[in-house]
Amino acid sequence: MTDEYNEGLSITRPIHIDYPQAVPATYYIDPSACLYLQHETCQICVPVCQSKAIDFSQKAVEKEYAIGAVIMSPGFGKISEDTLAQYGYGKHPDVVTSLEFERMSNASGPFEGQVTCSDNSHPRRLAFIQCVGSRDLGCDNGYCSSVCCMYAIKEAMVAKEHDPECDVTIFYMDIRTQGKDFDKARTRAEEQYGVKFVRAKVADVMPWGKDLKLTYATMDNTHRFETFDMVVLSVGLESPKDAGTLAEIGGFGLNKYDFAQTETFAPLQTSRAGVLVAGAFQGPKDIPESATQSSAAASLAAGFMREQRNAATITKEYPQEQEVTAEDEVRIGVFVCHCGINISSTVDVEKVAKYAGTMENVAYYSETLYACSQDAQEVIKEKIKEHKLNRLVMSACSPRTHEPLFQETLKDAGLNRSLFEMVNIRDHCSWVHAQEPEEATAKSMDLVRMGVAKARHITPLPEYTVPVTSGALIVGAGVAGMTAALNLANQGFDCHLIERQAKPGGNLAHIKTTIWGDDPAILLQDLTAQVKKNKRISLHTNTELATTSGFIGNFSSVLATKAGKKNSEKIIDHGVIILATGGKEHRTKNFMLGEAKKVVTQLDLEAKLAGKGTKSAPDSVVMIQCAGSRGDDLGYCSKVCCNQAVKNALKIKEINPKSQVIVLYRDMRTYGYAEDAYRQARLQGVIFIPYEVADKPKVHKEGKSVVVSFFDPILQEKVTLNPEMVVLSVGVVPEGTEALSKLLKAPLTADDFYLEAHVKLRPVELSVDGVYVCGLAHSPKPLEETIVQAQAAAGKAAIPLAKGSVTVAPIVSIIDKEKCIGCGICEAICPFKAIKMVKMDKKKKAETIAASCKCCGICSSRCPTFAIDMGGFTQDQIFAQIAAFGAIEEDKK
Amino acid sequence: MSGFNPKILGFLCNWCCYAAADAAGVARYQYPPNLRTIRVMCTGRIDPTFILRGFAEGAAGIFTGG
Repeated sequence: MTDEYNEGLSITRPIHIDYPQAVPATYYIDPSACLYLQHETCQICVPVCQSKAIDFSQKAVEKEYAIGAVIMSPGFGKISEDTLAQYGYGKHPDVVTSLEFERMSNASGPFEGQVTCSDNSHPRRLAFIQCVGSRDLGCDNGYCSSVCCMYAIKEAMVAKEHDPECDVTIFYMDIRTQGKDFDKARTRAEEQYGVKFVRAKVADVMPWGKDLKLTYATMDNTHRFETFDMVVLSVGLESPKDAGTLAEIGGFGLNKYDFAQTETFAPLQTSRAGVLVAGAFQGPKDIPESATQSSAAASLAAGFMREQRNAATITKEYPQEQEVTAEDEVRIGVFVCHCGINISSTVDVEKVAKYAGTMENVAYYSETLYACSQDAQEVIKEKIKEHKLNRLVMSACSPRTHEPLFQETLKDAGLNRSLFEMVNIRDHCSWVHAQEPEEATAKSMDLVRMGVAKARHITPLPEYTVPVTSGALIVGAGVAGMTAALNLANQGFDCHLIERQAKPGGNLAHIKTTIWGDDPAILLQDLTAQVKKNKRISLHTNTELATTSGFIGNFSSVLATKAGKKNSEKIIDHGVIILATGGKEHRTKNFMLGEAKKVVTQLDLEAKLAGKGTKSAPDSVVMIQCAGSRGDDLGYCSKVCCNQAVKNALKIKEINPKSQVIVLYRDMRTYGYAEDAYRQARLQGVIFIPYEVADKPKVHKEGKSVVVSFFDPILQEKVTLNPEMVVLSVGVVPEGTEALSKLLKAPLTADDFYLEAHVKLRPVELSVDGVYVCGLAHSPKPLEETIVQAQAAAGKAAIPLAKGSVTVAPIVSIIDKEKCIGCGICEAICPFKAIKMVKMDKKKKAETIAASCKCCGICSSRCPTFAIDMGGFTQDQIFAQIAAFGAIEEDKK
Repeated sequence: MSGFNPKILGFLCNWCCYAAADAAGVARYQYPPNLRTIRVMCTGRIDPTFILRGFAEGAAGIFTGG
């Protein structure tokens, strides 16, 4: 059967796992291809399955659940083949979609990363065509899919990595790399990899001998032809094909593009209360945005169901932990896993197991087919009891994925979970030395010997559970801070919301309308009133965070409040911190801003258009995009300015239809549904003219007037204008991140925004546990994204608060107080503030704060008196491993 | 260099290099089987004595990945 996951590029079996990272990574039977389910024959799989896991008597059952909220996250659908056919897809085998190219170029894909054309050669000339099925009313997709530019750049770089000689061209309308640090990828693709970017709409793709001929028109209105041997279509994201059915079942509305309909100020709330949406079904978006939305949706659902929190919690009980002391005989059990055939097809598992049996202190050894299977856990528990084992060495796969599972088994068997060592003979051995079975077996034997050597020195480590002080501190009471506070309060948690200014609201007060026409003043009023009314929220205005100490679950902060001439300080205890310190408009020193009255920023213009002059708007306006962002002053794209310009241009046209509005831009980044507004602006006669970064527009004063000069690529000549007003899109800068970053040891990006713990997987958490970020302090973003991010940060922050305690991996640093001379080096170098100096008998001594310790061991390797050791990675254990490594020669054969 | 078969001892950071070695396995990248590894939670854990002992135990080279 064709492998759908690999875009039909390969075949697969009726029983398969879709892809290696699938959760759960369990094989399933595809009913459409199963001979038994289709024709009641075969059933060969039943007897051959050694774990007896196949049961054809199972029937689909309908179940009913009482639930408090529904989150719709069905993802996105595919662009129709009719749309693709316009670009030669289906007519020529070398026209492929970006998804197909992704699978082709993937090392674990069907071609093992070898991209090949239909004649089996590697492509020498590769073209990407952007906006296939996006920004295209022809297929009713008027929106921008937001992600295609970025993935095309990634794929182009991958193609270049595979073959630096390959000529890669991306044909685009606007490069929309508006996400955090995305522009850096574009620059890298161009400068480092030599990917060519051509601003042109491709009209036609047709076969040309063996090749494909692209016809395209460039800005200067010339038609060009170019041949390529492979063309990749950067396909957009469409609504899922069963969106209508889903909406009917869920009883919520869809927008005109068949995605879930939501409102700007409640971006994840569908038209039906209690039904939420997350991910691409809310509108096309990338992984970080989707991950953020998922946390946000979960936090809203938790709010709906706060009364039921912990109502269905089951607490697992463990047997009494058996005491294991240094005096007890070390009795090690070694299990060597076949991992089906993953290990045993290369490594001689029997030989490895027998070898383990010859080692000192090994009281039991065995092979196992799948050590991670449920029945194997039972066997392990039995053998621990039967042979009185007090250490376990598992030679199987990676501790990074499977250590927690086996440690759980140890706890079930009444042993401390630290009495465990894992030896990776699959990922680091059988899989990477598949052609050298003897060497792989020898390496496995060495690794097992080193693991056993370490195990002899393993001691039980105490589990640390630290209670969490309920309540959050939220720094900054703009829309992000207030949204986060209300979300937490709604989930049932108290919070202190502090604001440096006299009033909450932040930048929201400066925004007069959104690109969709909503009134932010209503949101501001609503948020402020709710925050003030809510008993769970203590709002502190004129207040700054003076100091913070402590760690996740146990922070203590000093709030400094200015009241008239008096300053007061207040100490509060809290479990988590949300940073919502916001940003501000960047005031550039270029383009005569501040020097000529006629030169203003988009925010200035917005205020003018919303003020008393609502009935009048200038007759001629020139807007300059990226007047600060993307190179001049700021190294990044500020994400909001293009929407702001389009919004203001439309407003001008609404007030004064005769006004001549010209927008000079580099790439119009009206991603997502904002593309509709961009199209509307063009229809209303707003003129958009691109400029090159090497030839930026110039602004200078001539008497009372301001002159703008720029190169018009359509006229192919220099144009000079004398507009009534010049409006600069100046971008956004973060505020006060530097001081707080030092206070919390929370890292910043090169552009002074907070650096999240993981860009895709942990987009609202910082690397310091218990500290979360949202809003402009994270990166520039529009209002609706800020709201979602604030909800997400509150959702993540609620996790430790709801649990009431934090458990710490017991592998933290252990300080021998006798040996410690109190020099303080460890305290100074600890990257996580996890060591503090305490007074003991009038002497300074170092002490570990277990909850903050990340177990890196820097303190241990730097301690001048060897007073610090690392639990689970002690000096004795590592010395034993090194010594066992040295024993290689004498043991061999 | 068919006769050249050095013993290499590696110290791998749990978060990056050990993870990368896992990823190499998942991707079935093939590399010479000369390396024996010790997992640490961070290369910051590596005491200079570990390296000296590694050489003393006959390592032809020490690899630290972090």
